[in-house]
Amino acid sequence: MKKKIVSIMLTAAMTATLLAGCGSTAADTAAPAAAEEEAAPAEEEAPAEEEAAHAAEEEAAPAEEAADDTAAAASDEGKVLNIQCWNEEFKSRVTDHYPGYEADASDPNSGKIGDVTVKWIITPTDDNAYQNHLDEVLPTNESAADDDKVDIFLIEADYALKYVNADPAVAMSMDDLGIAASDIADQYQYTQDIVTDSNGSLRGLSWQACSAGLIYNRDIAAEVLGTEEPAEVQEFVKDWATFNKTAEDLKAAGYFVESTVNDSYRVYSNNVSKPWVDGTTVQIDANIEKWVEDSKALVDAKETNTYDLWSDDWNKGFYPEGKVFAYFGPAWLINFCMAADTEGSVANAGRWGLCVGPQSFYWGGTWICGAVGTDNPTLVKDIMLTMTTDKAVLKEIVEKDSDCVNSPSLLGELAADTSFGSAILGGQNPYQQLADGAEKVDMSNISDYDQGCNESFQAAMKDYFEGKVDYDKAISNFQTAVKEKYPELSF
Amino acid sequence: MDGGKKKGGNSNVVKYNKWGYIFLLPFIIVYAVFQLIPFVSTIYYSFFENYRSGLKQIGPNFIGFANYAELLSNADIWKYTENTFVMWVIGFLPQIIVSLLLAAWFSDPSLRIKGQRFFKTVIYLPNLIMAAAFAMLFFTLFADSGPINSMLMQLGILSEPYKFMSNTGSARILVGFMNFLMWFGNTTILLLAGMMGIDTSLFEAAEVDGATAGEIFWKITMPLLRPIFVYVLITSLIGGLQMFDVPQILTNGEGAPDRTTMTLIMYLNKHLFNKNYGMSGALSVILLIVTGVLSFAVYKFTTNQESY
Repeated sequence: MKKKIVSIMLTAAMTATLLAGCGSTAADTAAPAAAEEEAAPAEEEAPAEEEAAHAAEEEAAPAEEAADDTAAAASDEGKVLNIQCWNEEFKSRVTDHYPGYEADASDPNSGKIGDVTVKWIITPTDDNAYQNHLDEVLPTNESAADDDKVDIFLIEADYALKYVNADPAVAMSMDDLGIAASDIADQYQYTQDIVTDSNGSLRGLSWQACSAGLIYNRDIAAEVLGTEEPAEVQEFVKDWATFNKTAEDLKAAGYFVESTVNDSYRVYSNNVSKPWVDGTTVQIDANIEKWVEDSKALVDAKETNTYDLWSDDWNKGFYPEGKVFAYFGPAWLINFCMAADTEGSVANAGRWGLCVGPQSFYWGGTWICGAVGTDNPTLVKDIMLTMTTDKAVLKEIVEKDSDCVNSPSLLGELAADTSFGSAILGGQNPYQQLADGAEKVDMSNISDYDQGCNESFQAAMKDYFEGKVDYDKAISNFQTAVKEKYPELSF
Repeated sequence: MDGGKKKGGNSNVVKYNKWGYIFLLPFIIVYAVFQLIPFVSTIYYSFFENYRSGLKQIGPNFIGFANYAELLSNADIWKYTENTFVMWVIGFLPQIIVSLLLAAWFSDPSLRIKGQRFFKTVIYLPNLIMAAAFAMLFFTLFADSGPINSMLMQLGILSEPYKFMSNTGSARILVGFMNFLMWFGNTTILLLAGMMGIDTSLFEAAEVDGATAGEIFWKITMPLLRPIFVYVLITSLIGGLQMFDVPQILTNGEGAPDRTTMTLIMYLNKHLFNKNYGMSGALSVILLIVTGVLSFAVYKFTTNQESY
């Protein structure tokens, strides 16, 4: 009998350990969370004071109002602010510029605003991992445990509509957050168009205006084109025909006009006259077809390559040995991606220049969305307003990070400032051009499917450029890839 | 009397046997939770239209065999099957040859190879590296301006970089080569274990009878090794059908060029972009059937000859 009991207990223990990992930890976390909440009201005063102090300093009316709200409402709000993002960019912006943010020295992915713990949940974009993660957490956000609720998530333009148009909504509208149109009047229209849902309500804000241009290597320009002045270089790349003609001259001198055909893709794809998808029918715009035609000619003439963006081969042109004349890109590419900190790079020597290029376009940008279901709406609102409308913060961002910020009035001031020059761009002041470009960006032709279509199209065309398949086969490979991603679409 | 005693003994055995079942319980629970339930639900889901469009869930709507019909009527799946097999063969042929050779040498007492333990460990090492990391390494090594290309150009063998990832042949050979490197150690250990299990007196007798080394290998080692050999073949075949990580990382998930390195599982993974459980379920079931049929065929083919 004794033996029996012992063996039953042993078996039970074995079975129990099997299941120990299952189930939720809600019970464990519930108790301390409750305890914290009781202690909350007293501690909550701290951030509010800081907010108010900051607002007074800036003398900015909207921010002051926001700070007052924070003081009134934040006391009964959550203790943890979860921010979903895909890289360090927004984290470093908040760390450097958001008043009252304290980084946690022991944990790089956490910090504090007053007594609210800020948690940065970083999921890389590779293989769609970031969006898959959002797709998992956002729809169930309202029922998640308070400390696990997503409060802020970041999105990119390529797939913004997916989250903005989601039904039921996952991103809070400006009305729900209590942000008035007058608070955000000094922003570029296109940055708001991208995150406006089909019923016309705005569901995100950005601090960046990512208008872009042609970033050329001044040494190569001086050698081959005989000038390195932006206005004069522009004459050599003012439209695609001239651009392709210049490519021949560069090839003769041993240079590639661009690192890869994928560099110019966005320039063409931003200037389309119809969206990728109409209803459920995929359509290929004439300007996209022109990209294929021009790119095939460039590749066949060995005037450029077929590398993937961000690959090690693509990077080579950041150094003089790469022999690349130009990249297409916005301010963030110049400042973060072109190895400005590395000795020996073109950027480090300040030998890049910026001109408009064949067509105006934009690239990227990060939008801040308040997640539906957040338990920190006041703090979310304050972060969104401070980071995207507070001119003092935006000015700091320009000075420290050289972002092109989303404020026409500030960009206007910067453009007029003759003393300002970007070190990477050899002392050139790029702001007039970036500001003009941002006005010209037209986002009326975006669709929910842009990211998948753009990626699949470039991947499929690579085989065509390299001569592995003919054009029709490449198009059919593109169609196969799109059907895999979006079974509901047809051709 | 006898009958009664027997009956009592039997029921004691039955009583005692139940502890066997109880001790089996942990395995059965794990198997059910992590294998059986997913297995059954995969088959179940394959009959539904069930995917996400953006954040919107479409389905699940019962559509019978429509997923299967769509998959099988499309020429692509046959192409991916062919890709998978070609890349498996490219990897498996050198793997089995090298492994047999190494195992024969290691197990041959007359050779007296020094440092056997060291070599056995070293050949197994590539398998300890994550396949993804291994593929990433090769991706960098064989990039258009990677070290291999610059080496070949400096040696004057190439005048311009060879695009390893953009040519069907080289891309498939790279995948096969990586699988070979990763798995030949494992196969060697398995075959070696099989060879060590063969009675040495057989080899001695053959030697006394004047058999050559080749004759000993083909007439004694190979026939007696057959069960292990079949096991290696079947596991490698199943592993080959499930080939994913190496080509996925090496080609950035595109199966470039022209989808000629796209394996069946990579195709399956494509359907997970939009959580298309219906289509991926159907593909998994087809894969299961193919694996089952092939394994059975290999088993029958290699064991149905004279027995020793």
